Amino acid sequence: MPKDSGIGASPKRREDVRFLTGAGNYTDDINVNGQAYVHFLRSDVAHAKINGLDTSAAEAMPGVVRIFTGADFEGVGGMPCGWQVTDRHGDPMQEPPHPILAQGKVRHVGDPIAAVVADSAEQARDAAEAIVLDLEELPAVVNMKAALEDGATKVHDDLTSNLCYDWVLGETDDAAVQKAFDDAAHVTTLELTNQRLVANPMEPRVAVGDYNRGTDEHTLYTTSQNPHVIRLLMCAFVLGLPEHKVRVIAPDVGGGFGTKIFHYAEEAFCTFAAKACNRPVKWTASRSEAFLSDAQGRDHVTKIELALDKDNNFTALRTNTLANMGAYLSTFSSSVPTWLHGTLMAGNYKTPVIQVNVKAVFTTTVPVDAYRGAGRPEATFQLERVIDKAAREVGVDPVALRRQNFVTEFPYDTPVALTYDTGDYNGTMDKLEVAADFAGFAARRAESEKNGKLRGLGVNCYIEACGIAPSNVVGMLGARAGLYDAATVRVNATGSISVMVGAHSHGQGHETAFPQVVAEMIGIDESQVEIVHGDTSKIPFGMGTYGSRSLAVCGSAMVRATEKIINKAKKIAAHLMEASDADIELKDGVFSVAGTDKSVAWGDVTLTAYVPHNFPLEDIEPGLEETAFYDPANFTYPAGAYACEVEVDPETGKVTIERFAAADDFGNIVNPMIVDGQVHGGIGQGIGQALLENCVYDDSGQLLSASYMDYAMPRADDVPFYTVDHSSQTPCTHNPLGVKGCGEAGAIGSPPAVVNAVIDALQSGGKDVGHIDMPVSPARVWAAMNG
Amino acid sequence: MTQVSMTVNGKAVSGDVEGRTLLSSFLRDKLGMTGTHVGCDTSQCGACVVHVDGAAVKSCTMLALEAEGASVDTIEGQAAADGSLNAIQQAFQDHHGLQCGFCTPGMVMSAAALLKENPKPSESDVREYLEGNICRCTGYHNIVKAIMAASGQDVSAIAAE
Ligand code: FES
Ligand code: FES
Repeated sequence: MPKDSGIGASPKRREDVRFLTGAGNYTDDINVNGQAYVHFLRSDVAHAKINGLDTSAAEAMPGVVRIFTGADFEGVGGMPCGWQVTDRHGDPMQEPPHPILAQGKVRHVGDPIAAVVADSAEQARDAAEAIVLDLEELPAVVNMKAALEDGATKVHDDLTSNLCYDWVLGETDDAAVQKAFDDAAHVTTLELTNQRLVANPMEPRVAVGDYNRGTDEHTLYTTSQNPHVIRLLMCAFVLGLPEHKVRVIAPDVGGGFGTKIFHYAEEAFCTFAAKACNRPVKWTASRSEAFLSDAQGRDHVTKIELALDKDNNFTALRTNTLANMGAYLSTFSSSVPTWLHGTLMAGNYKTPVIQVNVKAVFTTTVPVDAYRGAGRPEATFQLERVIDKAAREVGVDPVALRRQNFVTEFPYDTPVALTYDTGDYNGTMDKLEVAADFAGFAARRAESEKNGKLRGLGVNCYIEACGIAPSNVVGMLGARAGLYDAATVRVNATGSISVMVGAHSHGQGHETAFPQVVAEMIGIDESQVEIVHGDTSKIPFGMGTYGSRSLAVCGSAMVRATEKIINKAKKIAAHLMEASDADIELKDGVFSVAGTDKSVAWGDVTLTAYVPHNFPLEDIEPGLEETAFYDPANFTYPAGAYACEVEVDPETGKVTIERFAAADDFGNIVNPMIVDGQVHGGIGQGIGQALLENCVYDDSGQLLSASYMDYAMPRADDVPFYTVDHSSQTPCTHNPLGVKGCGEAGAIGSPPAVVNAVIDALQSGGKDVGHIDMPVSPARVWAAMNG
Repeated sequence: MTQVSMTVNGKAVSGDVEGRTLLSSFLRDKLGMTGTHVGCDTSQCGACVVHVDGAAVKSCTMLALEAEGASVDTIEGQAAADGSLNAIQQAFQDHHGLQCGFCTPGMVMSAAALLKENPKPSESDVREYLEGNICRCTGYHNIVKAIMAASGQDVSAIAAE
């Protein structure tokens, strides 16, 4: 029987009621009395020197409050990068300045040049059009290979080249790696592109800055996944404000997928301008503006080589990647192709020798940073594609080849810096074989063929490093932040509980799932527990939500704080029942003395904590509130196996997804309904990457896919129902809930399954196609079939 | 500025708007009815869907002045006066048909229009009808399931979990 409450149950989401009735409170729904509106004048060319910027006519336009340019921000800090990568020679990465408004030069279409603050949004927009701009265009830098050639136009004049870093992980001795390849019985090579994507949460970014002269306090309302991180970065590195005078509120946020992690110039601008104008200042991105200003994702060009011995054991893996950084280093950009990508190249396999090389490149394009999965989808895609190709080349079943090379003993130290604590890759694959009905595939293929279609089955595995991350480890690797999280459990006198958490919920259902944990630990009804998040003035601290970390890291902090609460409550109960602390048991919200019939209810203890007439004041303080910070001991390692079945129309090259099945091992699960939803959403985005989405710049650096007309995201009729199985469960060994995280799995695991399926379909039709780059559009499939 | 008057969720409202003011912006900015969302500027996403005289309309694609005298229904008017959810809203909650909630108002309003036209839609009917509504969170699985359930169909057999 499924449970109806507590850990493992699927109560309906409590946040749904407000979202379903139009009562949500998103940032654009917030209007502060007297607010002015900002419109950013953005570059419409990719690369230019600003020779002139005349705002005088615009300043005279109706409603204009003030116009800001780069000159207003001289002496103000730029947007910081939160991770310093060390290159293969031990030198720090090249780190160019990233001003709030352009200083002398623009470096991508969308780079903000000036900001008009006016009484209305329309007036701000109208006035921006009256700014006279003299731009001297410079050559665009779009292609990464060309950007690294000698004599290439530099994106940043003060850097030595467009190379941000040249980084290596794993076996650094090139000769040793080469020897493993020389000794191989078979080598499979694949060159591929992991195309640039746009995260596109449905809510565009918004920032509202407010300043109170009377108290010298700033408030910033912003569409963020991590309000404390924004406050820290903005105060410490950009505006030089004391944190206790700055409150950052991220209310209901309409999806993030990574792109709302980063600290953006518009947030710092609105905070700065609210004081400078002595008026609240609001900015709401249009969707077109979001395409030009939200950090984008992926954009890797890779060559991967896999060596196998005569028995088809993997003996070595070498991969060389060019990773696009765009024009500036966004907050976590530098860590994505390195520590979130190179470290995953072992995948689920015991390959003894691995060398990962990544060159990160500046181009005159929108900055690139984490997008759902962040580095791990790029690693998984190349690895699972090359394995599939190898299986075909050596003539073995791709599932059998994977199984043969699985890591089966844990803990397992990979050659690329990680220690997998636990997993059961064969067991998970067994689940997939059933969930995807491998047995029925041949019949379904025959049926498709009868209808003149080709049918393919694509399978792949994935592993991800989540629950980000042990602070001491990431500190050694260059992170300029700790990656713990925090929670305060505040028990009220009547026994109800507010839990202030550093994680931020923007679709993940924390408000429902987190109380399940606390309520179960104490044995009270979930309705007695409320989650508070998204406001730096209400929560102790928090590094926020990304990297599938909320439950694994912040949830662990919440468990630890609840344990402290229970310990203290037991002391109070012991005092009330005149027993020893050690004899007190807590079950179903009742404290009892072991071996007796004495008991006292949760509510009596909590009331005593706040009305301490009969209270052990000499031993403990009144009140019942505890905070815990939790720093994880290791990453968590969700892993799984995915299967996709496609039909390809050989006449048109059109691919349709007929079936999709996922078997995931997320360790223990708190709310299966929410976990399924996370997997569905991830698969949807992964199918989007595989079949539809592509962020394209032309040679002059113009973004061609800058609206929903041009950037194709999956619609309801592009995807099927998915089959999701998460009954393979090897609990995480190092966090108190045994959870691993589920937010990114779908987006990591699904693209290779789709492409493997398409290749399988084409091969079944006698077309010897080795690879097709994503998005696997009808034109590309048709060209591959007929090329 | 021109005055525009209409009925929104059964209540007479009016306000001064510019010729270029969109219905979505009239609802959000003038009336403070922020349940209707704006997710794009090219009429693609459907977060802004409302009903105008009973028909589903993208309110970002209609000028406020064009709605003069019309009867407009928005997400705020869907639940009963006591706050209880209507059948579609309830099905979305029961089947986890929303995550961040941003596309949800448009999804619910589109679903209502669909079920009025087609009270027992098939899976493909639902998927085709939702062409104009983008959800980035759910992969659509539970949205399609919720709408079929709201139409009284048994969805328990739909792809495990
Ligand atoms: S806001 Fe109306 S369709 Fe996107
Ligand atoms: S629930 Fe977030 S966009 Fe649909």
